[in-house]
Amino acid sequence: MLKSLALEPAKCTGCLQCELACSWENEASFNPSKSRIRVFTFHEEGRFAPYTCTQCAEAWCLHACPVEAIVINGATGAKEVIEDVCVGCKVCTIACPFGTVNYNHDTGKVIKCDLCGGDPACARACPTEAITWVDADQTGYDRMQAWAARSVESIDATQGGGA
Amino acid sequence: MRHLIIGAGPAGVIAAEHLRETDPQAGILLIGDEPEPPYSRMALPYYLTGNIDERGTHLRKSADHFDRLGIELRTGTRVTAIEPADKHVRLEDGREEAYDRLLLATGSSPATPPIPGIEQEGVTPCWTLEQGRAIASGARPDSPVVLLGAGFIGSIVLEALARRGVELHVVEMGDRMVPRMMNETAGGLLKEWCEKKGVKVHVSTRATAIQSGRNGHRLAVELEGGEVLDADLVITATGVRPNTGLLEGSGVQVDQGILIDRNMQTSVEGIYAAGDVAQGRDFSTGEYSVQAIQPTAAEHGRLAALNMAGRNVPHQGTLNMNVLDTLGLISSSFGLWQGVEGGDHAELLNRPRYRYVNLQFEEDRLVGGTCLGLTEHIGVLHGLIQSRLPLGVWKERLMQDPTRLMEAYLACTQSLSACKVLH
Repeated sequence: MLKSLALEPAKCTGCLQCELACSWENEASFNPSKSRIRVFTFHEEGRFAPYTCTQCAEAWCLHACPVEAIVINGATGAKEVIEDVCVGCKVCTIACPFGTVNYNHDTGKVIKCDLCGGDPACARACPTEAITWVDADQTGYDRMQAWAARSVESIDATQGGGA
Repeated sequence: MRHLIIGAGPAGVIAAEHLRETDPQAGILLIGDEPEPPYSRMALPYYLTGNIDERGTHLRKSADHFDRLGIELRTGTRVTAIEPADKHVRLEDGREEAYDRLLLATGSSPATPPIPGIEQEGVTPCWTLEQGRAIASGARPDSPVVLLGAGFIGSIVLEALARRGVELHVVEMGDRMVPRMMNETAGGLLKEWCEKKGVKVHVSTRATAIQSGRNGHRLAVELEGGEVLDADLVITATGVRPNTGLLEGSGVQVDQGILIDRNMQTSVEGIYAAGDVAQGRDFSTGEYSVQAIQPTAAEHGRLAALNMAGRNVPHQGTLNMNVLDTLGLISSSFGLWQGVEGGDHAELLNRPRYRYVNLQFEEDRLVGGTCLGLTEHIGVLHGLIQSRLPLGVWKERLMQDPTRLMEAYLACTQSLSACKVLH
């Protein structure tokens, strides 16, 4: 069964263990700047929000890649960067409207969340269940609810009539 | 139903794939005039630096990709005329190929600047794989190379040439680098950066003649004002022009590029256009222009295919955007980076660190932006502009600190308290 990362900002304490776990899992270093998941801080509201690739159906990054370096993992549904094929042109980093594909200056390639092949380190590391790894269809309603109102997709769809 | 696609670049290839997906029974013929398998011009600079081999430039990596999809690919084949009355195209060898729907994805070609001596050997654009091979063998370390044009493509080629260790001079007519992608501040910073890295950048000038060389070099480039630059190789990057030549007499209307409607159809029914050759709808202005960028080619290809297969999917317009890596300084620009009448803007400049962010607003919506030295989460600029998201209180916060783009996006799209976001 396909699983998804569930992110609940209200439960996030900003401890950044997800960032450390992600960078350790994927880059073998404790370096939040190399993490594929990032926690954003809202001082004004006293809130934190973890955020990473939504593995969106549109897959803007994948379609914009000129050399077929981003592919879909059939088992997890994740859009993955094949590092050996990526030339580092960065077109995907501007094509992704969620800002979740980043350029890694050290390797000259791009990095994005690949769901750790189906066992995301961030979800394992999160002590407050702000990040959980759950059945995708079981929580489909939550997903719809969370995104229905104001996501990029829904706004895009409404432009057909108005723009 | 038989779909015929002229042009095997990104727009043509993506269209063919989407046609197959949408119309499983249709015949699909994809014709390209270069002898190579479909490849990406964007990848050529990485081929020049030795980062990838030729295969690394290919748009699709598996040898049987097109066969497997039932797409007939014919490379090294030139279409010379389109005859819509008979619904066929004519090939160079005189044969005809019939179509029900035709896609023109013929791309663009480098403009040849009107400079005496430009036709000489040793003067070349960096546009095709064949030219890339020639440049790779000619641009040896320490040999003098003159690059004409520091626009977007010129600046990408600049990176590759500089990394090959040539002694590089760049000549740009505008008063700064990438004048059509960035303002004076950003373009000026980019020039300073390149000069610091050892590239000689000549702005507000032009080459007036290319002569045969002296001092043991093949060529000599004379600039306005009299300066003469030695060169073993002259690379031209002075803009591209849509390939519309084969449309003569076809009735397909051409302005800057091929005119298309919101369904990607040209003035002739059953004939569509996509990519660099198409004058498509611009998201920001609602007007029709030639963008000639990779993400637009991809989007055009997808939409043209859907409409050719009978779906009515109108084009919302593509956002003009670019990203550039110039010797390690990464810059990007999005949408109406020049701003709009009566709009506000936020600017952050750290000159010693070559860091610059410029955001352009219309009321409380983001309409454009430029980043220099900032790579983290820059795609969200695209998202904020294309969603026309009202920023509310976050406009003021971005005016104070333009780097808080992700925070603005998250705060405006998700309730930070109760909602659960599933990824």
